[in-house]
Amino acid sequence: MNTGFKPRGERSERPSGGAGRSSGGFGGGEGRAPRGDSAEGSEGGRKVFFRRRKSCPLTGPNAPAVDYKDVKLLGRFISERGKILPSRITAVSAKKQRALSQAIKRARNLALLPYVVQS
Amino acid sequence: MAFYECNFVTRPDFSKADVQKLTDTLSKIVTDGKGSIIKSEYWGLRQLAYKINKMSKGHYTMLGIEANAATLKELERNMGINEDIIRTMTVRVDSMDATPTVMLQSKSGDSYDAAA
Repeated sequence: MNTGFKPRGERSERPSGGAGRSSGGFGGGEGRAPRGDSAEGSEGGRKVFFRRRKSCPLTGPNAPAVDYKDVKLLGRFISERGKILPSRITAVSAKKQRALSQAIKRARNLALLPYVVQS
Repeated sequence: MAFYECNFVTRPDFSKADVQKLTDTLSKIVTDGKGSIIKSEYWGLRQLAYKINKMSKGHYTMLGIEANAATLKELERNMGINEDIIRTMTVRVDSMDATPTVMLQSKSGDSYDAAA
């Protein structure tokens, strides 16, 4: 832990940075102190939380093909309101997201999926 | 010659035989125009996701065809004229085989309202 603190202390060279570090000992406990932004201050290092990126559910050897007829599959990628979910939520790759949005719009045209769900 | 998937939705008060007759009529246009029918699928009377002309259900049919542009144009013209057809959509696809599509594989109550 102490070894983790030292390089940053030398770099920032600020009195406030030193004070923050003394109080923010918990940040070092996670071993993430060297990566924490010096500008963020004392608690910044702790709040940074890296969630593992999910892989695309439509890419891979046995992934389902994106097709406008597959209503069950497309239904997983629209909100309760009927909107297309952003790929940052569903983790769909950019290429598949383009194909997906095309397929959903085709299914909407055929009244297989709704344009909008009235509550 | 290219592959197309021709979808059309017919009025809910049609009987299954009426839909079959209409499908045969449209298929004939394709075969007369030197095209070929690769698959002809009837998806059944499905709940529409939204009302079309105050109708809330419709018979879905899909024709998988290989045809040239002129034949397809004639087919689309006929589908547009027919007042019993409430919605059509033609999609060009790169390849097609005779295996049934997802719609026929999961027939048991997979309409949108059942899922939602």
